[in-house]
Amino acid sequence: MINKELPLLMDQSKKGRKAINVPKYGVPKAELPHSKFLRKGIQLPEVAQLDLIRYFTNLSSLNYSIDTNFYPLGSCTMKYNPKINEQISGISGFSSSHPNQIDENVQGNLEIMYDLQNELGEITGLPAVSLAPLAGAQGEYAGLLIAREYHKQCKQDHKNVALIPDSAHGTNPASASMAGLEAVTIKTTKEGDIDLDDLKDKANENIAVLMLTLPSTLGLFEPNILEITKIVHDNGGLVYADGANLNALLGVTKFGELGIDICHSNLHKTFSTPHGGGGPGSGPVMVAKFLEKYLPYPHIKKEGRKFKQYKPKSSIGRLNGFYGSFGIILRAYVYIRSLGEGGLREISENAIINANYIQERLKAYYELTSSRRCMHETVLSASRQKKDGVKAIDIAKKLLDEGFHAPTMYFPLIIEEALMIEPTESESKETMDKFIESMIKISELSKSNPKEIIEAPINLPVERLDEAQAARNPVLAWKKQ
Amino acid sequence: MKNSPYIPSTDTDKKEMLSIIGASSFKELLSDVPEKKLFPSLNLKEALSEQELVEFFELLANNNLASKSFSSFMGGGAYNHYIPSTVKSMIQRGEFLTSYTPYQPEASQGTLQAGFEFQSMVAQLFDMEVCNAGMYDGPTALAEAALMACRIKRNNSIVVHQSISEKSLEVIKSYSKWQNIKLINYKDINQNDSSEYGCLLVQSPNQFGEIEDVEKLSNEIHNKNGLIVQHTYPVSLGLLKPPGQLNVDISTAEGQPLGVPVSFGGPFIGILTCKKEYIRQLPGRIIGQTVDKNNKISYALTLQTREQHIRRESATSNICTSTQLIGLMVAVYLATMGPEGIKSVAEICYHRAHFLASELNKTNNFKLLSSNFFNEFIMKSKAKPFEINELLLKNNIEGGIDVSKNNENRIMFAVTELNSPETLNKTIELLGGNFD
Repeated sequence: MINKELPLLMDQSKKGRKAINVPKYGVPKAELPHSKFLRKGIQLPEVAQLDLIRYFTNLSSLNYSIDTNFYPLGSCTMKYNPKINEQISGISGFSSSHPNQIDENVQGNLEIMYDLQNELGEITGLPAVSLAPLAGAQGEYAGLLIAREYHKQCKQDHKNVALIPDSAHGTNPASASMAGLEAVTIKTTKEGDIDLDDLKDKANENIAVLMLTLPSTLGLFEPNILEITKIVHDNGGLVYADGANLNALLGVTKFGELGIDICHSNLHKTFSTPHGGGGPGSGPVMVAKFLEKYLPYPHIKKEGRKFKQYKPKSSIGRLNGFYGSFGIILRAYVYIRSLGEGGLREISENAIINANYIQERLKAYYELTSSRRCMHETVLSASRQKKDGVKAIDIAKKLLDEGFHAPTMYFPLIIEEALMIEPTESESKETMDKFIESMIKISELSKSNPKEIIEAPINLPVERLDEAQAARNPVLAWKKQ
Repeated sequence: MKNSPYIPSTDTDKKEMLSIIGASSFKELLSDVPEKKLFPSLNLKEALSEQELVEFFELLANNNLASKSFSSFMGGGAYNHYIPSTVKSMIQRGEFLTSYTPYQPEASQGTLQAGFEFQSMVAQLFDMEVCNAGMYDGPTALAEAALMACRIKRNNSIVVHQSISEKSLEVIKSYSKWQNIKLINYKDINQNDSSEYGCLLVQSPNQFGEIEDVEKLSNEIHNKNGLIVQHTYPVSLGLLKPPGQLNVDISTAEGQPLGVPVSFGGPFIGILTCKKEYIRQLPGRIIGQTVDKNNKISYALTLQTREQHIRRESATSNICTSTQLIGLMVAVYLATMGPEGIKSVAEICYHRAHFLASELNKTNNFKLLSSNFFNEFIMKSKAKPFEINELLLKNNIEGGIDVSKNNENRIMFAVTELNSPETLNKTIELLGGNFD
């Protein structure tokens, strides 16, 4: 890893340099618009092509990534992103196909979307599927709009409450607000499950939806799931499952068979599409048959041998400019077709065994939030280390020095000094063993030499950042020095 | 024998781990799952080997027109522009492609600095003070900008100008439906009364390619105490006055034309820029410059107290992606083009589009509706748009969009640098004659 400063492009810029030649007009010049509409001068960097390539290549080497490091970032499912997905998505028949083409000119794309709708419906047990949502959060939002539209058509307009466990991702309450729902928090028990008494207290005729993450953000399967869905249904509410953790459930169980009415899935987690440094994602929404008519449009159906887009009868509307994140949808479908039933089942089996293995080997050193077996991720607490002055963030930074990306820290919010570790099925026992040894070493170091942890990282391109200054005095774009 | 080439654990590895865990089988780890709901059947299509995958998907790609046509006049929100080799080469780097949101800035300076370059260069192109790290796509960026303006002005009325595309309007409706927002048609506004509005949304070049007088509209809505949100086509800013010089408060765009393939409508990137005074209401990720312990310049996600993971139900939005990889494409694109390149591309688009429009207008088959356009225009046509497109398709040219209105044939063409002068001449020759 290089450790030199890479000046911003504007600071490297020199008048007269360029990185590309463009064609000539090749046609007679037309009269320009009125001068009040015309631009005078553009400020952009002027760099030569080699300097540009070297700059971005050197920048890339400052990153940890799945391709270079173990990346046990809990809740993010940082699994291997197969190269064949990238190769196929680059076929020009896909990448050059225009979204305003009429259906008969894009039958290949529509067939892929139709087939992926069916495969996701089968995997989750919720057969009506829309691939439109552009990310998990938009999938959540779509799910909530579907619930609202359903209640409205049932003349249940007063239903305006979303019940959300205190362990939920922040997107859940944020999506609820956007859908005009009041977010009401449900408590979690010491064992990490939904507090049934609290749920019964708060479940009433105003409940539009319960938003449930399954397995929960604590990495646990909700043992009372059937009772929970029944309580919500008895109050006329719908149950929405946040599918962020679907990687634990492939072939293990199906949302649709547990009383869940709506879910979303993050194709960039469970179905291996690249995270890209923070997107693009894709968050299809899956619903029970009785909710199909509310799906966003365009939705894909098959008529005879032709594939067609259409607008479901009571659709919640359009969520983006075109069909969704087609390039991501395509990669996810390639992944599913490369594995089939047998390969998909292996994902969850290995992800769960790996997480339990890490949990078992570390439980003597770190506080476990639950004594139970976990699903695809385990949440440890650094509460013991904190007594020696070492916090979760310090352990995270020390792991970076050891060549591992850090686990998710301080989430879920209800766990003190949380470190959420998700190894995924992609990692070998040898890699996990090295990680475990580092975690044990750090735990021992927290007693013998806590300073060494608190000063980490020292092996990375930069040391700890002054993030407070970044927020206090925001510098958000290049400025002339 | 394993089915997946993506999983390293052998049967022996699994046995060894299970024995350390103290479980006799995988099933024993699943005691919380209701027994009768465990291990359902999965009726999925059969798995294919890597070689079969390539064959299978190439066949599917062949069922798309894009595999055959070589020049396209299709626009309407997604545009075919040349994508430089530098862009394609950089996004293939696994260090960019397979990293995640830079929650650990010390291990993500590459993503963060590249994202800061995106923010800087887009802000310069738009001549706006601030640009966030990226939204999902153009229409969602516009919808979020409208909601942002309403929060800033504490006024929930959004005025929609007729220049806004139908698709964007549909997205705005699904984003605002349950938030007590009122959508008002620009034509229903009385400029002389004293009513106030949250914002005015205008698209220029508009949904039919025409250049709007944004400055005039800015003044109008500012008189009504509202903000102006301009949605634009970023390539046009190589030639046309940018939002920052039109008294615009918030400006959005579909970022796709800046180096991103049309890819059947996504993934794209939404551009969202604004005046600095509004940053606390800006949704999405923002990257800021700071220093590390040793005073070395470095970058981090900043102003996070606006966001869902901290503010939960009071966040500015539920969004938690910045579509970072597409932002990287845009950054490499703008750096490659530089000030001269982006200006040239905009001018090529303009002159070639006007050449095609004026030549077609000279024939008896077409009539141009307005000449005040950037690179996309509407023509009344004698023939039906599908007939025009079929004729072009026979010659490997992807035609325009059917925008017929009240039994009047209308077709919309978009022209970019990818439409060579030869193609334009061929098109003029084909469409100038008799259609049979």
